[in-house]
Amino acid sequence: MEKIFQKLSFSSATLVFIILLGIFITLFNAARPAINEFGLHFIVDPVWNKEVPLTTPTAKTSTVQASTTDDNIAVNPDDFSEDDGMGMDEDEDSVPTKTVYGGLVPLVGTIFSTLIALAFAMPIAMGIAIFLAEIAPKNISSLVGGAIELLAAIPSIIFGMWGLYYFAPIVADLFGGFQVSLLTAGLVLGVMILPFMAAITRDSMNTTPDILKESAYALGATKFEVIKDIIFPFSKTGIIGSIILSLGRALGETMAVAFLIGSIFELPHKVTDPTITIPVALANNFGEASGVGMSSLFYLALILFVMSFGVISFAKFYFLRKVN
Amino acid sequence: MTLMSIKKFSFTYPGADEPSLKNITLPIEKNKITALIGPSGCGKSTLLRSMNRIHDLYPGNKYDGKIELFNETSKKYENILDIKKENEFIELRQKVGMIFQKPTPFPMSIFDNVAYGLKIAGIKNKSELQDRVENALKGSALWKEVHDRLGKSAMGLSGGQQQRLCIARAVAVKPELLLFDEPTSALDPISTGAIEELLVELKKDITIAIVTHNMQQASRISDYTAFMYLGDLVEYDKTENIFLNPKEKQTEDYITGRFG
Ligand SMILES: Nc1ncnc2c1ncn2[C@@H]1O[C@H](COP(=O)(O)OP(=O)(O)O)[C@@H](O)[C@H]1O
Ligand SMILES: [Mg+2]
Repeated sequence: MEKIFQKLSFSSATLVFIILLGIFITLFNAARPAINEFGLHFIVDPVWNKEVPLTTPTAKTSTVQASTTDDNIAVNPDDFSEDDGMGMDEDEDSVPTKTVYGGLVPLVGTIFSTLIALAFAMPIAMGIAIFLAEIAPKNISSLVGGAIELLAAIPSIIFGMWGLYYFAPIVADLFGGFQVSLLTAGLVLGVMILPFMAAITRDSMNTTPDILKESAYALGATKFEVIKDIIFPFSKTGIIGSIILSLGRALGETMAVAFLIGSIFELPHKVTDPTITIPVALANNFGEASGVGMSSLFYLALILFVMSFGVISFAKFYFLRKVN
Repeated sequence: MTLMSIKKFSFTYPGADEPSLKNITLPIEKNKITALIGPSGCGKSTLLRSMNRIHDLYPGNKYDGKIELFNETSKKYENILDIKKENEFIELRQKVGMIFQKPTPFPMSIFDNVAYGLKIAGIKNKSELQDRVENALKGSALWKEVHDRLGKSAMGLSGGQQQRLCIARAVAVKPELLLFDEPTSALDPISTGAIEELLVELKKDITIAIVTHNMQQASRISDYTAFMYLGDLVEYDKTENIFLNPKEKQTEDYITGRFG
């Protein structure tokens, strides 16, 4: 009986690894044409779905496209109107062309929307957690705590709609610029990860033993000093963990961001500019993509996978190292 | 001389129908060790935790009677149950420190642990901090063991060392009264012996009240002993009288091991 149980649990554990590995291999295989074509230059290339002439057929493609994009950082707005012409050169005369794809814009959009979300959510989440764990009386703390857990359960599309119709105009009024923008998306993302972060931070603060806090009070510490010197250092690991997990969530969020970021392949010059993130690029473009365009989407997906995986494993190892 | 005088003191936890302490009258003599003994649940910790009002970290407790603490500057007794403001609480707790059942090192270095009470009291001068940390560690018989690793985390010390560190931390702020709630219950006999020696040493400068369920410990180190039972103070006397010649039947039954 015990043997069977051990085998069963072992195989479920290996299944997780197989799935992980499987996803990685699938993504990698599907992305391979794009990886072969664009290489690592993909990561720093800000153009997406742009036709460039093949000047010398003998030259290595990557050098051609590198030189083309370098003097082409500012992307023409009409690039976005032609997202249906994947690799088609029927409107060209005799000059042979190829379509290039670069992942810089969605990568930048993903990283910056996540950073804005973290910068916005972190101080507020810490404040809420401190209030819930240390300041509020028990009944208020459990009431507010429950409300916050409910907030974490709201589907992201609702955040997207609320963000678009209610929040985006306010952001545009306050900061100028576009209603849909990196900033709007980042802030709504921040609102979305906030309950998550606050709840985990509160839970880890609550693990501080009473007698540890009492020891500090018994030396004449104030509440503020106890929070700062005892509770924060004691629950540091949990707090950092909550931040990293929220970061992972923000990186992969699709629906809400799709509503709010504008979904255009353009590098933002200001935070109030619209742009795009990797998940949104995937969701919006999979339907009509084919060939190397499709493969480039998989390349983006692979990058997102590696990023999220890296963040989460970093968090895990951090925890393990701290616990031991 | 009496440092603290508890008079007709009753205490009720929030939501409890019955008081946990009933009409306790007990002096804490200066530069002596007073032991509180009695079966578990009789209210020893509750009484001890009233003496620096650490109870007040949690709302809704009910106090009756008086706990008077002698004020060295005004030469008067002041009722600590009248305290309401945070700065008065801080002042009280700087005068009346506390050591707990389990060692409670803070998540910081050995030096910072001992310096903590001093720093929050506003002492910033590096050399003064250094001197007082060193003195507190020497006074707590820990200096020899830790002087070469003051910057290391306090979590790396053994249980007995951690408890002596907590004593050093409390001693560093120069309290008048130190409250010990079963400070050796989590320690091995050798560490326990070290702490007992330390307490006897400390009483030259500091008055001590100690809760213990270990009667040998009470008889070894204390000058006065109070025997409590079900929230009442049954008997208080010189330790030798309590152990050799108790007046109350209940006391005698308890110290001879007939219940408890
Ligand atoms: N936080 C609390 N709330 C309510 N009742 C308590 C609390 N702490 C202790 N008590 C009760 O008060 C009585 C005395 O407890 P305590 O002082 O801890 O006893 P001792 O330290 O002598 O073992 C016990 O009956 C206990 O159940
Ligand atoms: Mg107790």
